[in-house]
Amino acid sequence: MSKNLSATLNRPTPNRPTPNQLTTLEPERYELTAAAPYHFDLDRREFFKFLGAGVLVVSVLKPAALAQESGGSRRWRGDSLPKEIDAWLHIAENGRVTVYTGKVEIGQNIRTSLTQAVAEELHVPTEKIELVMGDTKLTPFDMGTFGSRTTPTMNLQLRRVAAAARDTLVTLAAKEWNTDAQNLVAENGKIIDPKTSRVVEYAALTKGQQLTETLPAEDPLIAATNWKIAGQAASKINGRDFVTGKHKYPSDQTQPGMLYGKVLRPPSFGATLTSLDTKRAEQMGVTVVHDGDFVGVAGKTSDVAAAAVATIHADWKSEPQISNKELFDYLKQNPTEGHDPTGDGDRYESGQIDAALAAADHKLQATYTLPYIAHVPLEPRAALAQWDGDNLTVWTGTQRPFGVRGQLAEAFRIPEDQVRVLMPDMGSGYGGKHTGETAIEAARLARAAKRPVKVVWTREEEFTWAYFRPAGVMEVTGGIRGDGMITAWEFHNYNSGSAGIRTYYDIPNQRIVFHPTKYPLRQGSYRALAATANHFARESHMNELAYAVKMDPLEFRLKNLKEERLRAVFEAAAKKFDWGKAKSPGQGFGLGGGYEKLGYIATYAEVNVDAKSREVKIVRVVSAFECGAIVNPDGLRNQVEGANIQGLGGALFEAVQFEDGKILNDHLSAYRVPRFSDVPVVETVLLDRKDLPSVGAGECPMVGLAPAIANAIFDASGVRLRSLPLIPDGNIPGTRET
Amino acid sequence: MATTLSINGRNYSVDADPQTSLLTVLREYLDLTGSKYGCGEGQCGACTVLIDGKAQRSCITRMGSVAHKQITTIEGLAAGDQLHPVQTAFLDAGAMQCGYCSSGMIMSAVALLKRNPAPKESEIIDFMDGNVCRCGTYPRIVTAIQTAAKAISPSSAAKGAGR
Repeated sequence: MSKNLSATLNRPTPNRPTPNQLTTLEPERYELTAAAPYHFDLDRREFFKFLGAGVLVVSVLKPAALAQESGGSRRWRGDSLPKEIDAWLHIAENGRVTVYTGKVEIGQNIRTSLTQAVAEELHVPTEKIELVMGDTKLTPFDMGTFGSRTTPTMNLQLRRVAAAARDTLVTLAAKEWNTDAQNLVAENGKIIDPKTSRVVEYAALTKGQQLTETLPAEDPLIAATNWKIAGQAASKINGRDFVTGKHKYPSDQTQPGMLYGKVLRPPSFGATLTSLDTKRAEQMGVTVVHDGDFVGVAGKTSDVAAAAVATIHADWKSEPQISNKELFDYLKQNPTEGHDPTGDGDRYESGQIDAALAAADHKLQATYTLPYIAHVPLEPRAALAQWDGDNLTVWTGTQRPFGVRGQLAEAFRIPEDQVRVLMPDMGSGYGGKHTGETAIEAARLARAAKRPVKVVWTREEEFTWAYFRPAGVMEVTGGIRGDGMITAWEFHNYNSGSAGIRTYYDIPNQRIVFHPTKYPLRQGSYRALAATANHFARESHMNELAYAVKMDPLEFRLKNLKEERLRAVFEAAAKKFDWGKAKSPGQGFGLGGGYEKLGYIATYAEVNVDAKSREVKIVRVVSAFECGAIVNPDGLRNQVEGANIQGLGGALFEAVQFEDGKILNDHLSAYRVPRFSDVPVVETVLLDRKDLPSVGAGECPMVGLAPAIANAIFDASGVRLRSLPLIPDGNIPGTRET
Repeated sequence: MATTLSINGRNYSVDADPQTSLLTVLREYLDLTGSKYGCGEGQCGACTVLIDGKAQRSCITRMGSVAHKQITTIEGLAAGDQLHPVQTAFLDAGAMQCGYCSSGMIMSAVALLKRNPAPKESEIIDFMDGNVCRCGTYPRIVTAIQTAAKAISPSSAAKGAGR
């Protein structure tokens, strides 16, 4: 039986944030979550302030389950900070290290990069470390895995925990050997005294002891320039389970006696039930649940459940709703009060914008639009729910296990500590799985069936009943002097959001406004949020302004840009791309870039436009990306490549079509996503700034692509496309030969 | 009436409607969950299995149509602890992010290399175009397939080096 060791590491609370507290570099951001108002009463700023204060408790050697018990009742409200944040790390008697984090693995490979960070600081090989992720009973509270926050916050947090644990172990060994801690070295899971050649394993050292330590105020972290494990390319830590089919995704989970659930869907959004006949279904040996507008069935297989649902007769009352054809007029004509919690603030003004626009040598006004698009995570939403009395356990695919726990507690009117949500590494999310619909559905059916129930959405359900990336209208007016200096910048975004709305170009007179509007479809977070929309409009407009004064678009940007890190990526990608090289007929080059979620991206595109058919081919994409000190170069390269390739869909052809509360292209044969044959040559330049804190990379790399392609199409054809998707049919719209 | 299926060299007796999709049988009756549901209409390739060595979308394959045929799923690809060269190549190339498409990608790639041991890049893209990776790891998957081709038949793979 193992004994307990806990080291409490109290460091002085700094009066102002340290450089590592990235909250100083960027305003805190929330994410859009569809139809769950109580998500926003939580103050993440407080959470990060707490982490920054450096009060850590590292529980070691407690039996893991016991040590984590308090996690179940952990609630996060502004007035009760999680002082009980504990048990981030556990070293078992066999030397295995278990690390607990509320972050989840959705394909961004943080299981690997966080393991590298712990291995680096704890001086233990990665093979000995296991991460328990996103289990509301075992892991410390976490708001969710979004906003590219894992690397700047959780990576830092786990490094601190691991470093504290290592220092505690060194201190323990020094006491035991009656020597000075400075004489000892931590290496490969052991403490070594080089003078006497004494060696002790971490696990042996901690055995049978309890300890409380106070660490000095200095940050004990290893500088990136000295990293040995972090900073190196690491392949997916449990990759073998993924190539053998062994890994159990949320939709693969099973429990003895489990049933499969299906839900009766209304024929359109907002429809209400007026009559219902479930008699036939009830005679099919299934559990039928009718609760308000929720009608669902649980049966032995998904086919049985679906067949039973098909026999249900229901009448619904629907209201007429707008279609995608009226979408942009609708957004402009339906302003609402309120604000956008996801971005840079709703309104920013500097200088004298109206006077500056009036005095500009050239003034250019243009409107840009983007439609609703779907995330299409290849694994649709899935949940398996199991009740034990009034205690509920749910395995589900979500980016916010603690948020889903709250939704379940609210739905079933039970305390949160009676709900446990587990998040097995899932089949992607891209911002699309913040909510707990399937968890609630499965739990409702399981409650009635008195057996575990699994609900896996069909692709059509995922296309219809999930939520979408918000559509938007962006109106931009730029004013420039004849020498190419931008003097005025007015930017309005309707509905899509304010993430990335501010310009990084140095412009003395600005008015930047986000306009919330009524909107026709359920909308929420999507990888990079509105930064994709705002960069598309801004970086397209920059090229339009450059063209107005006949300047090279890169030269024009650099002339108006002081931010060194952004200049560096623009220049690095230009070099790789060979910007300025001669064009052949039909060829076009374009660029777009910016700053988002603490990272810097510049993307260049080469396209070819067929003179006759006006068919556009994307030939080559080159991106340079910088996100501070690189933790896992191969993982990072994978993210940047993936962002560009996924981004091709939204840039070129993805759009949700809808009418009267129905999604018209609700399956994969009707909604085109990028495939092998769509992929151009993709090249990535990574700038490793070991002198800067590591930040996230999941989102920023996506935002340069759409404007780079639009600008390249203009360069090739002289046609300016201001609406995404740029070429839904593969040709420049309106110019196809008939 | 039960249907006999031969999966990964083992016989299973499945008591289900022969019209049931093979994917549902694999996942719900046999707990072989390596084959994934992605679209239900044969558009994404996540459910790909081998039927007598050929890649087939199990979500649109009726169980009754594959009785007594040799079915191979991702679970049956490795020989014990020895991974198939395509599996190894996917790991070496880091050809995944979330990995949800990997089973189907790997099964399709195995079928491709059986038919064409030395595919050109354009032939890989043509053959694999029915498999979707939403995370966008396509270039890495192409690299993995090229690497696997060389590993399986070193001499013939050299001939297919072009695009």
